[in-house]
Amino acid sequence: MSQIQLAKEERIGFKSPITMASIGVFVIIFFGVLGREGETVFEISRRADLIQLPSISIGSSSLGWVSGILLLLIAGYSLSSSLKNRKTPLWVSVLYGAIGVIALLGWLAAGNQVPLTFIIGTSLVLAVPIVLGAMGGLMCERVGVTNIAIEAQLLAGAFMAAVVSSITDNFFLGLISAMIGGALVSLVLAVFAIKYLAQQIIVGVVLNVLVIGITSFLFQQWLTQDAENVNFPGTLDIIKIPFLSDIPVIGPVIFENRITVFVALIFVPTLYFILFKTKLGLRARAVGEHPLAADTVGINVGRTRFWWVTMGGMSAGLGGAALTIGNAGAFGREMAGGFGFIALAVVILGRWHPISAALAALLFGFSIILRVWANQVSPGIPTDFIIMVPYVVTVIAVVAFVGQSRPPKALAIPYTKG
Amino acid sequence: MKLELRGITKRFGTLVANDAIDLVVEPGEIHALLGENGAGKSTLMNVLYGLYDPDEGEVLLDDKPQSFDGPGDAMEAGIGMVHQHFMLIPVFTVAENVALGQEPTKALGALDIAEAKKRVVDISERFGFNVDPDALVEDLPVGVQQRVEIIKALSRDARVLVLDEPTAVLTPQETDELMEIMRQLASSGTSIVFITHKLREVKAVANKITVIRLGKVVGTAKPDASTSELASMMVGREVGLTVEKSSKQVGDVVLSVENLAVLDDRGQRAVNGVSFDVRAGEILAVAGVQGNGQTELAEAIMGLRSSLTGFGKITIKGSDMTGSSVRQVLESGVGYIPEDRTSDGVVGAFTIAENMMINSSYTSRFTKGVNINFSARRKIADELVKEFDVRTPSAETLAGKLSGGNQQKVVVARELSRDVDLLIASQPTRGVDVGSIEFIHERIVIERDKGKAVVLVSTELDEVLALADRIAVMYRGKIVDIVSPETSREQLGKLMAGVAA
Amino acid sequence: MSESPDRFSQALKEILSGGFTRTVLSIILGFLVGALFMIGSDKAFIESLGYFFSRPGDALGAAFAVVTEGYGSLFRGSIFNGEAETFEKAIRPLTETLRLAAPLILAGLGIGLTFRVGMFNIGGTGQIISGMIWATFVATRLELPFIIHTVVAVIAGVLGAALLGALTGFLKARTGAHEVILTIMFNYIMFNFFNFLLKDPLLLGEEASTGNAKADPAAASAVLPKILGDNYNLHWGFILALAAVFAFWWLMERSTIGFRLRMVGENPDAARSAGVSVERVYILAMGLSAAFVGLAAANQSLASPLGLFPSAHANIGFDAITVALLGGSNAPGILLAGLLFGAFKAGAPSMQVFGVSPEVLGIVQGAIVLFIAAPPLIRMLFRLPPPQTTSVLSDIRQKLMRRGGAK
Repeated sequence: MSQIQLAKEERIGFKSPITMASIGVFVIIFFGVLGREGETVFEISRRADLIQLPSISIGSSSLGWVSGILLLLIAGYSLSSSLKNRKTPLWVSVLYGAIGVIALLGWLAAGNQVPLTFIIGTSLVLAVPIVLGAMGGLMCERVGVTNIAIEAQLLAGAFMAAVVSSITDNFFLGLISAMIGGALVSLVLAVFAIKYLAQQIIVGVVLNVLVIGITSFLFQQWLTQDAENVNFPGTLDIIKIPFLSDIPVIGPVIFENRITVFVALIFVPTLYFILFKTKLGLRARAVGEHPLAADTVGINVGRTRFWWVTMGGMSAGLGGAALTIGNAGAFGREMAGGFGFIALAVVILGRWHPISAALAALLFGFSIILRVWANQVSPGIPTDFIIMVPYVVTVIAVVAFVGQSRPPKALAIPYTKG
Repeated sequence: MKLELRGITKRFGTLVANDAIDLVVEPGEIHALLGENGAGKSTLMNVLYGLYDPDEGEVLLDDKPQSFDGPGDAMEAGIGMVHQHFMLIPVFTVAENVALGQEPTKALGALDIAEAKKRVVDISERFGFNVDPDALVEDLPVGVQQRVEIIKALSRDARVLVLDEPTAVLTPQETDELMEIMRQLASSGTSIVFITHKLREVKAVANKITVIRLGKVVGTAKPDASTSELASMMVGREVGLTVEKSSKQVGDVVLSVENLAVLDDRGQRAVNGVSFDVRAGEILAVAGVQGNGQTELAEAIMGLRSSLTGFGKITIKGSDMTGSSVRQVLESGVGYIPEDRTSDGVVGAFTIAENMMINSSYTSRFTKGVNINFSARRKIADELVKEFDVRTPSAETLAGKLSGGNQQKVVVARELSRDVDLLIASQPTRGVDVGSIEFIHERIVIERDKGKAVVLVSTELDEVLALADRIAVMYRGKIVDIVSPETSREQLGKLMAGVAA
Repeated sequence: MSESPDRFSQALKEILSGGFTRTVLSIILGFLVGALFMIGSDKAFIESLGYFFSRPGDALGAAFAVVTEGYGSLFRGSIFNGEAETFEKAIRPLTETLRLAAPLILAGLGIGLTFRVGMFNIGGTGQIISGMIWATFVATRLELPFIIHTVVAVIAGVLGAALLGALTGFLKARTGAHEVILTIMFNYIMFNFFNFLLKDPLLLGEEASTGNAKADPAAASAVLPKILGDNYNLHWGFILALAAVFAFWWLMERSTIGFRLRMVGENPDAARSAGVSVERVYILAMGLSAAFVGLAAANQSLASPLGLFPSAHANIGFDAITVALLGGSNAPGILLAGLLFGAFKAGAPSMQVFGVSPEVLGIVQGAIVLFIAAPPLIRMLFRLPPPQTTSVLSDIRQKLMRRGGAK
């Protein structure tokens, strides 16, 4: 039988290698040629660690040179991929990002120490709300519902976790109610988007306004009046997994954490598995890509969307709990502080893929700790620019690579039965 | 399995899309459902498939009444449907598409992809479909995608298979293959409902024909009925699709296309080295099966698609318009009737009057500086509504509230009331009622008689034969030949299948 | 049956299904939601619940008291204070409402413009900051004669915002990147950049810098003049807003530019086929939208007696979204919506005095717009008739189009 197949003439562009090469040149010039005096000491182990590894010491500007050249080499690899009309693989981008991060750390800490374990560990802790928020957003978007209300879900989760934990003195109930809080926000989004066919972006933005209003009102009217009883939950205990937590670097970073971090670490690969390897995920993605087609094979589009959006809200609500009982120890006004919007960017940056999105979230977590730390080691450096880095990266990524990423096709489009 | 529809009535508001329709399909029968666009065929099938609830009547399978809450129920009962627009998920593989909705699973709800592939391969081999279960659907040609749809239905043990306008997107060769598949399926006991408006295909493959018109069954026929008999049943009167036309008085070359190559939305080369000239006072029809590059050709002439670098030159009235913007092309004196009226032709949320000025919003008779000249617009719109017989309460009615035929008249009025020398008409009568078709045909011929050059892109052979002064047949992005309208249908059919004379 | 009652009911149906009734009902519902929160958090009410069944009057009385006094203080703080000693003081709240409404109206027009073009500008914050940077630079660093200084500063503010908007539009048009994500990122980038500029006395920071991130107040020659004398804070920003409302109306309803903007908003494919460069319209629309936001930026820069702090964007960029939604993205609607939310801002302090957290107004605001966002919900709640369609065909087609899912 005939198999007509015209050659695809669409080509993988040269945006990746060009971007990578320009950053490489930037690193060589600013961190190498114009680099700063002094040695940078990378501390691998903490003083309290069981196994002590020696620190690594390297001249700041030579590190700039070395990492710049490595970055250029990776750009060259990316170029060869593009020439073969292949995408640059994810691991190459991750490697590239890691080297870039080391170059930046080395430059910032010239004449100082870089506490690697502390920085990576804190990045992870700070990234957890973003990761869980992004997974929530991803679950909504994969079934075709735009979720701009992640911010609201985080806030609702943070609020519920703090208040319920304080009142009941039970963190478990706090976590559960955080999920319920996030799910409630999702429920409104789901009902408006699926039943009332409202414009999803608008509903999301409005939900943010509403939930900020509600939590701020209750905070002002109630939590501040009676903080001791209703907003004094403290934080979850840090769990040390025996033996594993003694592994250098990885141990303290991964195996010595609060339950919220563990949940995030487990949830990301689980979500990946569900989305891409199971019946549930296949159906969800079908609904997000072509709801009518899913309908014609007997999948209930509305119900699928409803459940995934609600579950997504639970994930984001848990992310909110990570803000209060997982980190700060109390609820504060508008404490999500834009994490929800960052999570939204992370979903796109991660191309609607759980693992890539989690990695992108780590980048944001890193930038937050970097700002604090950089202020200490080199006070002269304008930290406002450092905090801008992930946002600029997002803009570049969205602008340069959007052609390669494909959102679910039915995203933001309501579906109605005849 | 025997399928019976009894007194199916489906209303949308005051419009009766299906009016007490009765239909019986015996096991192993290929039953053609013949009717014009908009006759109510698709509504009927959506009722059968559980997508619509009928207002009255019932569906029976093997004499047992059924009630379907959704497509899932219909499938369960043994009805499979191949939709006109494929219900496939482009980013999924063939196996995933076939498995969707009845996925084989292992522990933890994990997909059993090996089993899913096996299902595809089994059916594919049984009927010689030659489909790779691992291929992404978006990479497959439409003919193969259709086979995936059929596999999907068969893998669900469909014993009644509904094919909705299955040949619209196929080449003649693929159409022949599809008919062979239909016969094979029927002989294995599957009942087939074949929905179409193409008479020749009905005669070639059907055992029994039911004709519907305006939502009602108007009669049944045997495949040996004559074409003209079937046609008149379908449209309700003797059809004389021939348009009165004087002999042509050709002038200078208005449009000249040289070696044009254009990519489609999927990045595949849809037009591949096309050259032709159109002169003033003639209608050049571009014929061919849907999807052979005609759409992209028309869009490239209009500047909506750019020509591949290193290829192509478009000259309009002597000046090189290659790489020009749409606005430049329009302002150089080109009128354009786009193929898809609702998405490209009219702005549904605008009034008729506003729609009359959508491509004259820069300096024109509708404007006063940067202000809209409301009184002039009103006046022009009222005149055009009258002249082009647009059935509407007023020119301030929203275009989206008009019927398809009247919307198309708005488009035609807009384009012909501009001062143009070249008219590009892409499928100008698709989805339009018979009265409007005649009207639009007449207007096109009047333009040609006024000495304008016309490019008519049409997949309807009848339309092409009725209007064309010359016929360019396209196949896989190339013009196979340019022939005179006296060429026989058989010869044209061969050309459309890519066989050069 | 005679024709007239039929026509009357037809007309009534059209009004009921139209936007106006829905808007009014949404506002009422929004206030109701706010009232519930006020009652629910009122101590007197909660205490009276303990003995609700013996003396239900107490609970109802407490509920009634908190709502009337809450909204009463809002009214006194935003429109007319009947308790003031002099008439001059009594109408002062109204002038405050007008003053605070001005930037909301201006930015609301900007956001509304993108809605009309089928886009979503969520970057009001970034654009207002960009505008404030330029306007503040002109107002604090240049020396120009009176009035001219103000005019130049306003133009600078408009340009500063418009350029950022146009850049967003350009990136969308060129690469297909979604404007929502771009504008959110630009919000953060501009916020941090502004922070940086404000810290440095050589850039925008106070010349007598105390190390805080803060700008000098605008030079006296650049300040927007007061309208009603020194007793009232109301300044020319409000006149600017009224002029902008008129300009917006002319642009969108009367001009050919607006015609093309709306065309792209309703059907970009048809616009492209009609010779409109959709890409260019995206750039133009984002630029124009941000230009209106830039007027709000000028308003902030040139009428802050203390000088700008990093938070000077005052969340106007987001509030403007609610203004545009409530106002139906048309000029008169945005004017009214801006006045309503301006009144919220003006009345907040007097609610605070009464003891109700003014944050409840955020709830009212959010609830109103949430109800606006879903017309079918309001129709269902109040059993309003569905909108009229004269042709069933279009109805069916719409259904089919929706069924078709993505384009």
